[in-house]
Amino acid sequence: MSDRNRLVELFTEKAQLTSAIVARVKTLDEALAYTVDVCEKKEACQILMSGCESELSDKAGELCDGKPGKVIVAPALPKADFARLRDMCQAHGIHCLSGGMRKHLGGVDVGFTIAQGGFVETGSLVLDSDSEELRLATMLCEVHVCMLPVSTLREKSYDVAEQTSALASDGPSYVAYVTGASRTADIERVLAIGVHGPLEMHILLLED
Amino acid sequence: MQNAHDLKEYRGELSGALHNDFLREALDRFAVAYRTSRSNAFSGMDVDGLIKEIADGKDAAMARLDELLAEFTRKAEAAGAVVHVARDAEEANAIIADIAQKAGVKRVIKSKSMTAEEIHLNPYLEARGLEVTETDLGEWIIQLRHEGPTHMVMPAIHLSRYQVADLFTDVTGAKQEVDIEKLVKVARRELRRKFAEADMGISGGNFAVAETGSIVVCTNEGNARLVTTLPRVHVALVGLDKLTATVRDALTVLRALPKNATGQAITSYVSWITGATECQTAPGGKKEMHVVFLDNGRRKLAKDPLFSQVLRCIRCGACANVCPVYRLVGGHQLGHIYIGAIGLILTYFYHGKDKAKNLVQNCINCGACKAVCAGGIDLPRLIKEIHARIQDEEGHPLQSALLGRVLKSRKLFHTLLRTAKSVQKPITGGTPFLRHLPMIFAKGQEFRALPAIAETPFRDRFASIKPKVANPRLRVALFSGCVQDFVYPEQAEAAVKLLGKHDIDVTFPMEQSCCGLPVQMMGEREASRSVAAQNVNAFAPDSCDYILTLCASCASHLKHGYPEILADDPVMAARARTFAEKIIDFSSFAHDVLKVAPGEFTADGKRTTYHAPCHLCRGLGVTKAPRELISTCGLDYVPCEEEDVCCGFGGTYSMKFPELSAELLKKKLANVEKTGAELLLTDCPGCIMQLRGGFEAKGGRGVRVIHVAEALAERLK
Ligand code: SF4
Ligand code: SF4
Repeated sequence: MSDRNRLVELFTEKAQLTSAIVARVKTLDEALAYTVDVCEKKEACQILMSGCESELSDKAGELCDGKPGKVIVAPALPKADFARLRDMCQAHGIHCLSGGMRKHLGGVDVGFTIAQGGFVETGSLVLDSDSEELRLATMLCEVHVCMLPVSTLREKSYDVAEQTSALASDGPSYVAYVTGASRTADIERVLAIGVHGPLEMHILLLED
Repeated sequence: MQNAHDLKEYRGELSGALHNDFLREALDRFAVAYRTSRSNAFSGMDVDGLIKEIADGKDAAMARLDELLAEFTRKAEAAGAVVHVARDAEEANAIIADIAQKAGVKRVIKSKSMTAEEIHLNPYLEARGLEVTETDLGEWIIQLRHEGPTHMVMPAIHLSRYQVADLFTDVTGAKQEVDIEKLVKVARRELRRKFAEADMGISGGNFAVAETGSIVVCTNEGNARLVTTLPRVHVALVGLDKLTATVRDALTVLRALPKNATGQAITSYVSWITGATECQTAPGGKKEMHVVFLDNGRRKLAKDPLFSQVLRCIRCGACANVCPVYRLVGGHQLGHIYIGAIGLILTYFYHGKDKAKNLVQNCINCGACKAVCAGGIDLPRLIKEIHARIQDEEGHPLQSALLGRVLKSRKLFHTLLRTAKSVQKPITGGTPFLRHLPMIFAKGQEFRALPAIAETPFRDRFASIKPKVANPRLRVALFSGCVQDFVYPEQAEAAVKLLGKHDIDVTFPMEQSCCGLPVQMMGEREASRSVAAQNVNAFAPDSCDYILTLCASCASHLKHGYPEILADDPVMAARARTFAEKIIDFSSFAHDVLKVAPGEFTADGKRTTYHAPCHLCRGLGVTKAPRELISTCGLDYVPCEEEDVCCGFGGTYSMKFPELSAELLKKKLANVEKTGAELLLTDCPGCIMQLRGGFEAKGGRGVRVIHVAEALAERLK
């Protein structure tokens, strides 16, 4: 097995242990289509999962109102790529945003991002999060779809030390390692997914 | 939280916790599950190597704390952050309140920070009219309940889903179902609003990386990502001990932190935040970013030759996870703000001796914490050291001072024991147990029968049983310890019998006395030092190949304790080291040196289980030898659940905290009974006293408890 394939397989195995869904894509367009598909199949504001059905205090409930149908947000996508995604979304009656997350604090359906790297050891993504829109998008979405170019995959966390240090140097910066969905075990140590951030994490391995 | 004024009040609180059934069950389940998940998480890794790397890295960082602080400050300020250093809690609180006031802040959201708990930040800010909301689910729950955390990583582990449902019903004003998934979603929605409204976010930091000027925050929930993104002001409050030289050093700690904390490979989010990042609602589109470093005694600690290792702590909470006492009473009783073994120590340094004085006595010295500590901190030793310090400052309680004085004179001590023997008849009723203890000794001791003092101590028997060996293979000097000398001489005798068969020359230096562990445990440093010197002088290490002891606690104290206790003594230090090098425990001697073989024994295949004494399996790292000996001598070894968990003896601990000792014993006996064994072997007369006494108190039937040496001697052909 080539080293590349070995890394891909190991990464897939480790990421799945964190309950991430891993798929392989050949092009960015394939990844965008996947994202639209996930959104299409998903129930709007996953009522049963994210808590809208629960009795809330009045003020907290207000945030849930006023969401315009299904929404995909793709911050930090180059203009031309974003335009193609927007066209695909339109064809399916999905709203497509590149930002404005502060107006959607109640949540959006899907967030799409591209990772700068990853490490196999723990199935983790390295995500340049300098952009506030990206930080918010990846926290406010119910499903996070992240494309990871296989060429950036490394074995151990140590192997992204230099990359991390480069990203974190020279001016203000925000870098994140993201592994699986947002989780908690704070009540009776029972694992519950999606306490603040995404309920689902999809990783699309791009064969570049 | 520690509010008890004295030991008696503290005992009362412990008793209350012991009767909290939910807490007990929750902590039991966690203790058992944690073992497996930790070992799975680390499987295939060189854990000891990693711990060493962390310890060395942290030590090196703390040795150049000011240099790292300067580098961090330069890098972080170049990226637009403002760096503050607070001398103490009051100053840190004032700095943060001032930042809030200048920025016109009304609402604050927080992600979990033990450092903020340390300085009581929330009440301080609330008193100045700010609304403060915790966003980590566990922290939010305890905040709503107005209580402190009971675990450093899982702050609400003491609460049931029912309690949380009731709490959330109150908070939302709507009836909430008892369903964890749903309760979590309620928190998600309720807290989302708080995020939306807040103008200042306060986070802690797992690392402050000097190389880049970054604050690194690890969370599973992702709340820190929102706390550090939505509000226009971000304050990171971190202890000076979090300064880390490089990204690589931070990654080394990160390899251990989540695995040691909960057995998780990595936390869902690890955020590296540097400087004034983008924030659309802030003036100029840039966040107002402050890093507040807290000293509060850390700088002084960094210079302390013994205690500087405390700063290696990465706050994983593992030392609580494995602590048998924590498992019984939980974090409100075994900590003030910081919890578990490290909590006992940090309470003294960060919150003062008044809060620490009862706490530090509640350690049974089992060494479980030390064995898992990610920073390789010698926690039990430091706990004892603080106990001794407090005692030196506050005065010694009568009992412990008395014991110290008695032990310092071997003659006086042994005369007392002999006198006790001659007057014990009325209370033994002719049995090997003390039946009718006078009330003052018996209080709380009903859970076990205490043994009577033997008719003839080992020292008086030795001359008649000393093997006559013409051409000795090896020369061994025996250290019996008080229990085998005066209570269970038959155990030492069994060993002598085996040694004789193997052509070993045995001597028993008469000037030896108690090893001194009881006084060390009680914080009587002076007595402990004096006894150690007496024993080292009693033996002539050059005239023997080994110093053999059948008591695991003595062995580990003689081997590791003595060189430390006598380190500052110019005359004794070197002798103590030679002495310590010769120390060997019985099982290792029989297995590794004598290499006993099945042919020497008459096998009878009795079903046998084992209790691993704390001071043997962790203190000396001996695990294989005794278990193999059981099979070698022809017994049928059946492993017992939690074989290496403390039996609750702990010497004087069981007198001081009888209720806790009784609970530990109860669990141990239940696990032993589950094996269906008729024999229980172990390597320590102290454990035997506890275990045998426990079975006796239960009705005297059932499992026979003996020393490994006895099992071997009984089966010698
Ligand atoms: S030595 Fe044992 S009892 Fe003492 S703090 Fe450590 S784990 Fe707890
Ligand atoms: S003392 Fe050791 S085990 Fe305890 S929290 Fe600190 S690093 Fe973890």
